[in-house]
Amino acid sequence: MIAIINYNMGNLRSVEKAFKRIDEPCIVTNDHETISNADRILLPGVGHFKNGMAELEKSGLIPLIKGLAFERKKPFLGICLGMQLLSNFSEEGSTKGLSFIDSETKKFPDLGHLKVPHIGWNTLDQNITHPLFDGISTDKQFYFVHSYYVESTNSDNVLTETEYGIRFTSSMVRENIIGVQFHPEKSHSQGLRLLKNFASFNV
Amino acid sequence: MFRPRVIPCLLLHNGGLVKTKNFADPRYLGDPINAVKIFNDAEADELIFLDIDASKNGQTIDPEIVKGISDEAFMPFAVGGGINHVDDIRKMIDAGAEKVIINSAFYANPSLVEQGAAIFGSQAITLSIDAQWNEVTSSYNLYSKGASVKHDVSLEGQVMRAQEFGAGEIMINAIHKDGTRMGYDAELIDRVSKISSVPIIACGGANSSDDFAEGHKAGASALAAGSMFVFVGRKSAVMINYPELEDLNEVFNG
Repeated sequence: MIAIINYNMGNLRSVEKAFKRIDEPCIVTNDHETISNADRILLPGVGHFKNGMAELEKSGLIPLIKGLAFERKKPFLGICLGMQLLSNFSEEGSTKGLSFIDSETKKFPDLGHLKVPHIGWNTLDQNITHPLFDGISTDKQFYFVHSYYVESTNSDNVLTETEYGIRFTSSMVRENIIGVQFHPEKSHSQGLRLLKNFASFNV
Repeated sequence: MFRPRVIPCLLLHNGGLVKTKNFADPRYLGDPINAVKIFNDAEADELIFLDIDASKNGQTIDPEIVKGISDEAFMPFAVGGGINHVDDIRKMIDAGAEKVIINSAFYANPSLVEQGAAIFGSQAITLSIDAQWNEVTSSYNLYSKGASVKHDVSLEGQVMRAQEFGAGEIMINAIHKDGTRMGYDAELIDRVSKISSVPIIACGGANSSDDFAEGHKAGASALAAGSMFVFVGRKSAVMINYPELEDLNEVFNG
């Protein structure tokens, strides 16, 4: 069972129905016991970083998910804001993050003719071979929508990079913990494949 | 490589899918969810759904239809029609939409965009502008509520205000091009794009992939179209269609 953490930060239904489509049992929940008993943890999220951290703190779930990620080594996936929250710090609201993976969340600079937010389909340049991308060719396009991007401090954590005016970390990994900036649940068949890969991924 | 989005813009009227011409004469096309399934199979970039009656009738686009779309769309989609309150935005996002499209409400209550962006992020808020070219004054007039209400606001002023209040994206509809299949209004796209730092979705008049390239050249980050994705042939037979990915890659990067 995959626990999709409900902390009032959007797009929960999309992630849930994506797992349903690929026949992977999942539950949208903020219940400590349910999350604790899950095999895998998914941290979704859309919206403002500061609100995201505030909602997580309010939920009282942070110590629990930290324990699940670091002590019990449960496969953990952060999507979009859920990836950014794994970083140490975000320029969005100058807020501290969960510090699960050494990285910072920064605002896109003025990119001239390229508009911000970065909205649309873009490709991934793969740095590390990883089971998350099994069967997915990286010239496939994934759906992005974000004004802030993650910059990984340690290049060993960079799974893929993507170019939009600048190069940024479009997915990152630290053992069992993964973050993806794009939305696999909104990226058609290749996105569903990635979620399927996450559902069977073990460290 | 980043590629501009190509977006079917689908209109709802009495629960059915319709296509208009110059914002009038809705022609019934079929069941909206069936169209979503076809666009999903074709792996369309994104979908836009607008309820063309909601605002006039003081309602929102039906959240149940939005849920139905969400069940079948493994791609992003935006919904609009009668979005007046933060609660309306929440309902749509809870139903599975990525974005809401706000048009009429922004004229009377611009803070709706600001509140929406603060709570859901600016990427979730698209401000839509319906513009009609006025030959006499050589300028664009702005309308809302399905082109039934004219506003004494300049195009440029509206675009600047949308950004000030935190819209993540601006959709620009050329009323005089809607349903004509005579190409985008490149002048309109250019004017808006020049003063916008956020992405522009152009809509109205597209007939071919060449038009997408033109619209992109004029400054649009996303190209929306209605007729060309729902009609085929000279007699405009109803058939849902969408270009192949290879063709789109070639149009923009080839």
